[in-house]
This record gives sequence, structure tokens and C-alpha cells, in this order.
Amino acid sequence: MDFSQTEEQQMLQESVQQFVRKSYDFDTRNSIVSTEQGYSAEFWKLFAELGWLTVPFSEADGGFGDSAVDLTVMMDEFGKALLVEPYLATVVLGGGLIAALADEKSKGELLPPVMSGDLQLALAASEHSGRYNPLSVETTAQVDGDKIILNGVKTAVLNGINASYLLVTARESGEVSSKDGISVFLVPTDSSGVNIQGFTTIDGRSSSEVQLEAVSVGASARLGQPGKAAEALLMVNEKATVACAAEALGALESMLHKTVEYSKTRKQFGTSIGTFQALQHRMADMFIQCQLARSIVIRAAMKIDSNESTVEKTKAVSAAKSRIGYAIKAVGQEAIQIHGGIAMTEELDVGHLFRRVTALDIMFGDADFHTERYASL
Amino acid sequence: MNADFTADDLAFQAEVKDFLEKEFPSAYRKKIDARQRLTKEEIVDWQKILFRKGWVAPNWPKEYGGTGWSPTQKYIFSTEMGLVGAPEPVPFGMTMVAPVIMAYGTEEQKERFLPDILESNVWWCQGYSEPNSGSDLASLKTSAVRDGDHYVVNGSKTWNTYGQHADWIFCLVRTDNTVKKQEGISFLLIDMKSPGITLKPIVLLDGHPEVNEVFFDEVRVPVENLIGEENKGWTYAKVLLTHERTNIAGVPRGKRRLGSLKRQAAETDDGFGGTMADNPNFKRKLAEAEIELLALEYSELRTLAALTVGKAPGPESSILKIVGTELAQSMDEMLVELAGYGCLPFLPEQYEEGFEGEIFGPGNSASAALTYFNNRKLSIFGGSNEIQRNIISKAVLGL
Repeated sequence: MDFSQTEEQQMLQESVQQFVRKSYDFDTRNSIVSTEQGYSAEFWKLFAELGWLTVPFSEADGGFGDSAVDLTVMMDEFGKALLVEPYLATVVLGGGLIAALADEKSKGELLPPVMSGDLQLALAASEHSGRYNPLSVETTAQVDGDKIILNGVKTAVLNGINASYLLVTARESGEVSSKDGISVFLVPTDSSGVNIQGFTTIDGRSSSEVQLEAVSVGASARLGQPGKAAEALLMVNEKATVACAAEALGALESMLHKTVEYSKTRKQFGTSIGTFQALQHRMADMFIQCQLARSIVIRAAMKIDSNESTVEKTKAVSAAKSRIGYAIKAVGQEAIQIHGGIAMTEELDVGHLFRRVTALDIMFGDADFHTERYASL
Repeated sequence: MNADFTADDLAFQAEVKDFLEKEFPSAYRKKIDARQRLTKEEIVDWQKILFRKGWVAPNWPKEYGGTGWSPTQKYIFSTEMGLVGAPEPVPFGMTMVAPVIMAYGTEEQKERFLPDILESNVWWCQGYSEPNSGSDLASLKTSAVRDGDHYVVNGSKTWNTYGQHADWIFCLVRTDNTVKKQEGISFLLIDMKSPGITLKPIVLLDGHPEVNEVFFDEVRVPVENLIGEENKGWTYAKVLLTHERTNIAGVPRGKRRLGSLKRQAAETDDGFGGTMADNPNFKRKLAEAEIELLALEYSELRTLAALTVGKAPGPESSILKIVGTELAQSMDEMLVELAGYGCLPFLPEQYEEGFEGEIFGPGNSASAALTYFNNRKLSIFGGSNEIQRNIISKAVLGL
């Protein structure tokens, strides 16, 4: 039993911390959010140089080792910094799905530019009617001679406007939410019939809605066997879920820390508000929530890295996302409440952290969704 | 990072499982499953079995008869004990007074008291709380006045657990009224047979006299029963309070209870042709409790891993206490919910020591409310959960 970080994990953590301290303060972050593309291309190149973009890839694919624990160490720090760069979209989801599905030739073409920071990707999987179920796919893929025609609407497509390729989930056969029949297609974003409507999310990320109208791709655009993408999709989904949970962890601990510090300096009734027991106990509860959430997120990452069954891994991920969803509400709302009015303004970072964790709660399924999924397994 | 046991740990786990399988008397296991209380003789018998195996005091240093186990081994042991429902040794002697005697007692006191604690020859109880000193323990008033080579003790203690079984009591007493409240307290060992001690049982909400009020009327206590220096008792007691307590989170017991709640839910009709195992509300509560238990278990493992690499146990034990007790209490609520009408009969006597008749009611349903009532104590004793939150806000958050 060993819960201490490896030397590599420590270096990774320090490398992110150092970058944030030096180059990614709150104002810098906000000015990045207000740009059209919504991320800093310059910083993205730096992330590549620092090796961060290789983390969730196996050594065989030229990556750092594909450890979920390594990934959580990094996401934790991203969460504290409110980072908006499209790490989840391009590296974890896009890159992860290519690594899981594509043949060696395509991997050789696509993964090196992902890891070198030269290629942006977006996963177009979610649909309005599918809610948080990645297997609920209404988008169709119809073979037409040597072409395949894609039709459908995708939502919550992170990084869509910046991506060179969309990874589109589409159904070749089967009922709307059946496991069989789902394929993933690599679609250049400049293809005819692809319409990407970009927007900024509540937590400052670049996202989009994507319409696919009779988009025509070649058979080589299909990653893996026809209709057999579900397992890979679910696996990548689990990893991204844990990544989001870890990101929330960092954001929540940051909120706790800021709340405690603020309560020591804010004076009312002639004394700092942190001396009031009514607030002390609530901050103690925030601390407890953070600790429990950390424990169960670490557990989920360790399970993903273990040799246990898929069911055990899925259960561990749902336990973590369910529990952190609860912590997000508890810690996030208390942070705002204890700060008082000032946290309602855009001027303070606490409100932005609140927006970030609110989005993270929803991404890949909220607490209710995951509690139910846990209970059903 | 990994949560795996080493091969040695796994071998040890197998050894513990094997021992419990063979040596934990099945009659006791049956009683515990039926939520009946073990008699004093049965408890002592079980502790002596552990003693003969050399496993009764995992937290004692080896020189005093401890096991010399690593933190991981201690964890495995208490986990396996909890999973089969085997009771941990009664804490008052083994884990509460003994460490204080070891740290601050004289050689003579160590020789006099420790072997009998280890062998379960002497039953200890605790004299801390008073009717007017609960969470504010340092305000205690029971006085000990020096008279020659004796102290004369007057006053009363309360919430004294199983004093009816006890041979000795360890007490915090006031020896100086003129100084700051924490600085006038001494740590005194008192023979329960001393003239002037009377016990008044307190019947709790579950109908069981688990605790007592203890009255001291001109009780003469030899000065050699003082631990350490006069007026230093508060310091010693605080050491005791922060002394490492294994199993404070109660994870193994929680797992066992959760398993039994699930089985019970599957056997409980929902009134509409199905069982409570399919009831969406109840299913959700079960899932939430199970998830909380996992979070608690990994919090405990993280604390344990820190201990293994030599870090001092911190205020983490406060988290484990708060979350462990609140989770246990939520399982008590589920127990009552499953029992339904079955929890209404108030028949505490059928769970008492030595009850031989048929237990009334389907399954253990008649004990559900009693368990619920009794376990409200969990968030009150051992430093109430509010006191634990004070500790977190001071020691961790610096407020």
C-alpha cells in the first residue's frame, strides 16, 4: 500500500504549479477567455515542450505511460488554476479515442502532432436526447458506395471551433442506445456539411454545437471496426470522467483555501468573521468534503490503472463522480455564502471557481446520474 | 500509488482469517448477529483467547506484550475482526488507561496494573465526564484533597460505561482550585471497592443501563495511585485523547452492516408485490451509504499510509470520527426504515445478557429502533462531533 506520489508525479505537479505561478494568473486567464479561440496557442506549445500532452498516452504510442493517477495529479493543478486550454478535448478525449481505436498507421500520423501541440481535436459524441449516455447515438452513418454519409446534431463539443478534426460518434446499425452499431469517424472540420457554432461555456471554455448535414467521408475515416467503437468510447469516457473529478478536486480545495483566508481578514462586528463558530464549523465541513472527495477520486484513478474488471472500474468511477458532485454543491455554495456579496461579482476568482465546478459536476454525468449508475451495477 | 497489500501482508491476512474462523466462538458470533449483548464473562473469555494468541493489544509496545505489528498489519487485524463481528477488546483498560500508565506511571504502577489489563483479569472504567462537565471537560469539579498519604475524593462522575462490571476506575479529579482550570487537574486510579463509592445506573433510550452515575463520598485513595505529577492530569488525558485509535472510522463494521442491510432489503416486502431492494428511494440510500463508506475507507487508508511512512497522525482522526459516526447513524435510520411496524415493540429485555426465550418480531426488527436510539451516542461521545469540528478548524484551518 503506497499513497505517496512517485518522483515523476511530483515533477509533473511541480511543473504545472511553476507554470501557473509564473505565467497563468487570474487576469491572464481571463484575457485568454475573452479571445476568439478561447485558449493560448503559445501556452499550448509550452505544454507540449513540458511534456504534459504525452501524459495519457502509453509508452508504446510514444506517451508518458497512460496512468490515470498521473492524469489526476495534473488535472488537480489545472483545476486550481482555472485553466481553459483544451487539454480534455484534444488530449484526453480526442487523442485517447484515437489511441484506443485507430490502426497503427493512423496513430502514427495523428498522435505525434497531438503530443507536439500541432493538432487540435474535438470529440463530437453527446447529443441532446442522449443526456449523459455516450451510447445514446441518433447521428447516422450510412454507407453509400465507397463513401459514408453522416447526419446528425452534436452538443457540448469542446474545442470544436479550434479543432482540425472532429471525432464523430455515429450509428451504423442498432437501436438508439444499443452498444452495437456505433462507429467513430475522423471528420475534417472544413468538410462540406459540417456546421460548427461556437460558444463560451459558463466556466470559460470554448465549446460548440455541431450540425452534420450529409457529410461525406471515406471509409478510411472510420476508426476501428464498423459498429464496434462502444467499448473504446466508454473507456475513454471513464478516464475523462475521472479527469474532470480530479480537476474539480483542485478547484474545490482552492475554494476552501480562499474562503478560510478571506474569513481571517474580513472584519465584521469588530472581529474577523473566521472567529465565529457558526462559520468555523461550516469550513470544517468543507474540509471534510474535500478530503472525502480526494480519497474517492484517488481510488477511482487507482482502479482504472489496476487489472480489475471493467465493471469494478465503472463502479469506482461512478462512485467518485457521484461523491464529488455532492462535494461540489456543498463546498462551492458554502464558499460563495461565507465570502458573501463579494463572491457574487466577476471580480473575484471564487465565483469563477464556482462556475467551473458547476460545469464539472455536469460534465459526463452529475451526482444523481452516477449514483443511479452505481446502484444499477 | 497503489492500495495493494504486500505478499507478507496477504499471508498475515490469511493467518488472521484462519484464527478468527477457528477461535472466535460461534456461540458469540450468533449472539452478535442477533444483536444480543455478550455477558461480562463472555467478553472476558474472548479477550483471554486473544491474549493467549498474543494479539489482544496490537497498539501496545512489544515490551509490554504488544504485537510489534506494522500499521498495515494492525489495520488488517481490526478489519478482519470487524468483518466477522468479533468485538475489539473493551477500550477502557487496553487502549485508554494503559498508554497513560506506560507513559507517565512509575515502574511499580506499570508492574501492578499492566499485566492484569493485558490478561483481562481486571476490568477498568472511565471517570471523566461530570453532570456539569461534558464537552467542557476541564471544568470538572470532583475534588481530591490530600490528607497524609491519601487523597480524599468527593463528587460525581457520569456517562460511566459498564462501571457495574468494573474493578477499577481512572479519574480526572481537581487538586487545585486556584489556578487555570486545566492546570489543577490530576489523574487518579481508584479501586471500585473503596468505601464511599456508589453506582446509580442510567437507563438509556434503548432501555439498557449501559452507563452509570458514580458518586464519591469521602473516598480515600492512596497517593501511590496518582499517575505522574499532581496537577498534570490534563496533559496526560490529552495525550490519551490523541492516542492513536485504530478502527475509529468503523469501516469493517460498516461494510458488515451494509451487507446485512442489503440482504434484509431483499427480504422485506414493499407492500406492492416487490421488495425494498427494488424501492428506488431505498436503493439510492444504500448506494449513497456504500459510496460514502468507500470514501471513508480510502481516507482511512491515506491516513494509515502516512503513518506507515512515519508521519504523525494528525487531525485526520477527527474527520474519520465525524464521518464514521454520521455514516453509522444513517445506517441506523435505514434499519428502522426496513423494520417498519416491526420496530415498534419496546422489548429491550430480549437483548439483555442471559435472555433465553424466543425473540419477538420478524428477524431482528424489534431491535432496529433500539439500535437507532443507542447509536445517537456516537456523535456525542469521544469528543462530540462539534468538538471534532472545532479541532479541524483550529488545527487544520488555523481559525
